[in-house]
Amino acid sequence: MADYQWPQADDRSLIGKRISRLDGPIKSSGRATYTYDVQRPGLLFGKLVLSPHAHARIVSIDTSSAERMPGVQAVDVIRDAGQEVLWVGQEILAVAAETDEQARDAARAVKITYEKLPHLVSDVEPAQAGDRAEEEAEQVTGDPDAGFREADATIEGRYGSSVITHCCLESHGQVAEWEGDNLTVWASTQNVTGLVGQYAEGLQIPAGNVRIITPMMGGGFGSKFQADTWGLSCARLSKQAGRPVKMMLERDQELLVAGARPSIHARVRAGAKRDGTLTAWSSQAWGTGGITSRGSVNLPYIFQIPNRRSSYVRVSTNIGPARAWRAPRHPQMCLITMAALEDLAAELGMDALDFFLKNVGIMGARAQTYRQELLKGAELMEWKKKWHPRGDQTSGPNKRGLGLALHTWGGGGHQSNCNCTIHPDGSVEVSLASQDLGTGTRTVIAIVAAETFGLPLDAVKVNIGDSRYPPSGPSGGSTTVGGVSSSTRRAATSALNELLAKVAPSLGVEPGQLEAVDGRIQVIGDSSKSIAWKQACAKLGTTPITASGRRSRDLISSGVGGIQMAEVSVDIETGVVKMEKMVAVQDCGLVIDVKTAESQVHGACIMGVTYALYEEKLMDEATGLCLNPDMEFYKLAGIGDIGEIEVHMMTGPGYDDRGVIGLGEPPVISPGAAISNAVANAIGVRVPTLPLTPEKVLAALEKKGGAA
Amino acid sequence: MDKRDDGKPPASHDGSSRGLSRRDFIKVTGAVVPAGVLVGERLLHAEAAAAADVVGPGAVPITLRINGTSHRLSVEPRVTLLDALRDRLAITGAKKVCDRATCGACTVLVDSKAIYACSMLAIDAQGRDIVTIEGLAPEGELHPVSAAFVDHDAQQCGFCTPGFVVATAAFLHRHPDPTYEEVKAGLGGNLCRCGTYVGLRQAALDAAQRMKGGLA
Ligand code: FES
Ligand code: FES
Repeated sequence: MADYQWPQADDRSLIGKRISRLDGPIKSSGRATYTYDVQRPGLLFGKLVLSPHAHARIVSIDTSSAERMPGVQAVDVIRDAGQEVLWVGQEILAVAAETDEQARDAARAVKITYEKLPHLVSDVEPAQAGDRAEEEAEQVTGDPDAGFREADATIEGRYGSSVITHCCLESHGQVAEWEGDNLTVWASTQNVTGLVGQYAEGLQIPAGNVRIITPMMGGGFGSKFQADTWGLSCARLSKQAGRPVKMMLERDQELLVAGARPSIHARVRAGAKRDGTLTAWSSQAWGTGGITSRGSVNLPYIFQIPNRRSSYVRVSTNIGPARAWRAPRHPQMCLITMAALEDLAAELGMDALDFFLKNVGIMGARAQTYRQELLKGAELMEWKKKWHPRGDQTSGPNKRGLGLALHTWGGGGHQSNCNCTIHPDGSVEVSLASQDLGTGTRTVIAIVAAETFGLPLDAVKVNIGDSRYPPSGPSGGSTTVGGVSSSTRRAATSALNELLAKVAPSLGVEPGQLEAVDGRIQVIGDSSKSIAWKQACAKLGTTPITASGRRSRDLISSGVGGIQMAEVSVDIETGVVKMEKMVAVQDCGLVIDVKTAESQVHGACIMGVTYALYEEKLMDEATGLCLNPDMEFYKLAGIGDIGEIEVHMMTGPGYDDRGVIGLGEPPVISPGAAISNAVANAIGVRVPTLPLTPEKVLAALEKKGGAA
Repeated sequence: MDKRDDGKPPASHDGSSRGLSRRDFIKVTGAVVPAGVLVGERLLHAEAAAAADVVGPGAVPITLRINGTSHRLSVEPRVTLLDALRDRLAITGAKKVCDRATCGACTVLVDSKAIYACSMLAIDAQGRDIVTIEGLAPEGELHPVSAAFVDHDAQQCGFCTPGFVVATAAFLHRHPDPTYEEVKAGLGGNLCRCGTYVGLRQAALDAAQRMKGGLA
C-alpha cells in the first residue's frame, strides 16, 4: 500500500521543484474572475454611507430623498438614530441602485445629523491618553536590576512603528444573491467555510441555506476573515430588492475601515557584558489599534534575555478597527527588539552580526537554524566585506549601511478536509473549500495530488473556493499550506490504495507491492510489471473512487526561523533612504513548490520595504479625519523602489524532514527592523520610528548634530 | 507621473476632445497643490468648449471600439471608460483599485498608448481604438508578455497583473530592447501590493527577448 508519509527526496518528482502556478495563465491573460468581476443578471450596485466623524451620536437619519433618487432599489439602515459612531468610516447605512453612479448619488442624498463627541485619533503616549490607556500586567523574568548591574554597557532608546493599513488591491466586498430562502455570496474572503456561519448567524437563516464562493481573491493579508457589516448589509439589500447586489468598498473606504495594523512603541533599556553577552532588558510599550485591539505584546522578541521586565499599555483611539495584518504584532516587536540590540552592539563597538551570533544560545528552539541562516546570509550579503562601524565615514552625501534582524513564526496547519476522486476514465479531482489568496494554494494541492498518483500536474483538477466543498479553516497565520497539503496527501493516498487493491489481482501481486509512478501502476521498482494509469482506472467500471482526508499533524510542523539583512544608502542632504539590497534566508520545513515559495518571500520583503519606508495611516487630531485614505498619499513601493532581493530557502536534511510549514507571515517580520538598523549603521544615529521618512531621517541627523 | 516615459500620461493630457472632463476636473482639484496652476488655465479652455458642446447629464448613446469590435451603449457622460468596460460590457480584465490614476490596475491601450481607464471618460474614448488585456491574445493563448509573467511568477493574487501586462506590452512596444534600469523606470506607473516586482522585472526583460524572436 502507498504510504501517507512524504516521499523521500530521491523519490519526489514534483514536490520541491520549481513549478509555475496553475492559475498563472488565466490571471496574466485577464481571464481570472474575482469577486469584483462577478456579473449576474439584474445586478444592482450597493454603496455604503459612512460616518464622517471620529466620535459622534447619530441624531437623525433621513433617507426619504435618497429613496426617490433615480434607480434606487433598496436602502438598509445599519446604525440608527441614537447610536454612537466610534470612528470615521463606521457604517451607517447602504443603498442599492441600478448603476454604480446612481448608488453613489443616492448615498450622497442621505441626510444624517450628528452630535459630535470628544475623540482621540493620535498615536499618543499613555500619559496623554487619559482614561483611554489600559495597562496590562507587567511581566518579569529573572532579576532585571541585577542584570543591569552585571552589564558593562547599557543603552536606552525609543522605538516604534506607526499604524498602517492592509490596502488590498481588491477591496473588501461581495455579491449577494437570493434564490428563495437560499443565499449565495461571492466574497473576497480568506475564510470561505467560516463565512457560511457568519452570514447564517447575522441574517438569522440556517447555515445550510448559505453558499460562499471565492473564485479568485485579490489580496487579504489578514483583513478578510469576516462577513463584515457591509456583507450582511449587502445580503439584506439584495433580499429587499429581490435582485443580486454587488457592494465593493471604494478605495477611501477600504483604507478607512477595512483593516489596520496597530502601532507599537516602546522605551527600552538593554544591557550586555563587554563580550556581547546579553544580561538585562526592560521595556515599557504602548500602542493603539483602534477602539479595541487584542493580542499582547511580548518583549524582547526571540531573545530570551535572562533578566527581563516588560509592560504594555493599550491606548484606545477612534481610528477604525485593527485587523490581523500578516504576522500580527511580530514586525513591531521585532523592530523594537532588533533596533535596541543593534544600538547596544554599536555601544559595545561590536559588529551586529558578531553580537547576534554571540547570543545564539538564548534564541530558543530555533537557535541552530538562526546560526546557520546568519552565516548563510552574511555570505550572500558579503557582510564582513561591507560592514563598517556606525556612521559611514566616506565623503559625499550618500551613506551606506547594513542591518540585520531575525524572526520566528508558528505555522502549523488549519483544519482541512479534502475529497479526492479517481474517475474510471483516469481523470482525478481534488476538492476542498479552501481559498487561494495568491499564495499558490491551488498549485500546492495539485502538486501533492499529482505526486501521489505519479501523474503529470495537468492530470489533476483542483476544485477550491466554494463552501460546497469539504470544509477548510481560514487562511490565516500561515496555516493553509500545512492544512491542504496534508489533507490532500491523505485523501489522495487513500484513493490510490483503493485503486491499487482493484488492480493488484491482474498483476498477480498484493496491493502492498504496487506503486504509482510515471503514469502507471507497477510492481515496486519493476516497470516491466505494470499497467498504464488509464487502464488501471478502467477497471473501476462505472463507479469512481472517492476518498477523504484530513489535516494530519504527522505530515506538517510548526515553528520557523528566518533572518534578513538589508543594505541601504541614505542621502543625508535630502533624508531619502534608498534600498540597495535585501537578503532573506528562510526555513519553512518541506517546501512543496520552490517557485511560489520564493515569490512569497520576495513579496514579503517588498511589503516590508513598503512599511519600513512609506506606509502610515495619518490622522488629524483637530478634525479626527484620516489625511491619506487614497493611494497617492498612502504610499506603496513601486517597482523601482525595492533594490535587489536575494532569497535563500533552507532545505534538505534537517529541514525537509520536519514536514510542511507555512510561509506567508515569517518573511514579512524582519524587513522593518533590518532596514532601520541599516539606516542607523549608515548615518550613525537611530531614526526611532517607522516609516523612515526623509523628514524623520533629517530630524534624527539634526538631533545628532549633522553628518554621518 | 511625469517621470514616466512609457507613454502613459494621465488621460487628461491625452488630447481629449474636451480639454478638461468633468471627472478630470474633480480629480485634479481634489489632488495636490501644483495641479492648481494647471487647472486654472485648462478650466478656461474647458468653459469655452463646454458652451458649444454640452452633453448629459442624462445617458447618451455612444459607440466604443474595443478589441476590434464595436459596442453601442448608453451611458451618462460622467461614466469612465473603466466603468463602461466593467459594468456595462462585462469586460473585466482591467481592474478598479484606486479609481484615480495612481495604481495602473485599470491600464488599457487607447490608440496604442497605455492609459488609465479609470481616468478617461467613456464618451471621450469614442472613435479610438481600445485594446484591453482580453484583446492582447485570443482566449486560450498567451501574449508573450503574459507567458513571461507565468514563467517568472510575476503575479500572486493577480489583481494588479492585467494592468501590469498591458503596461509592459505598451512599454516594450516603445522600448523593444530595454535595459534593466529602463524597466524599473518604465513600469513605475503601476503598483502591486503582494510584491511581485522581482518577477516582474525579469518577466519584462524576458518578454522583450521573446517579442524580438518574432512571437508578438
Ligand atoms: S484604478 Fe485606474 S489607476 Fe488605479
Ligand atoms: S499580485 Fe496581488 S497586487 Fe499584485
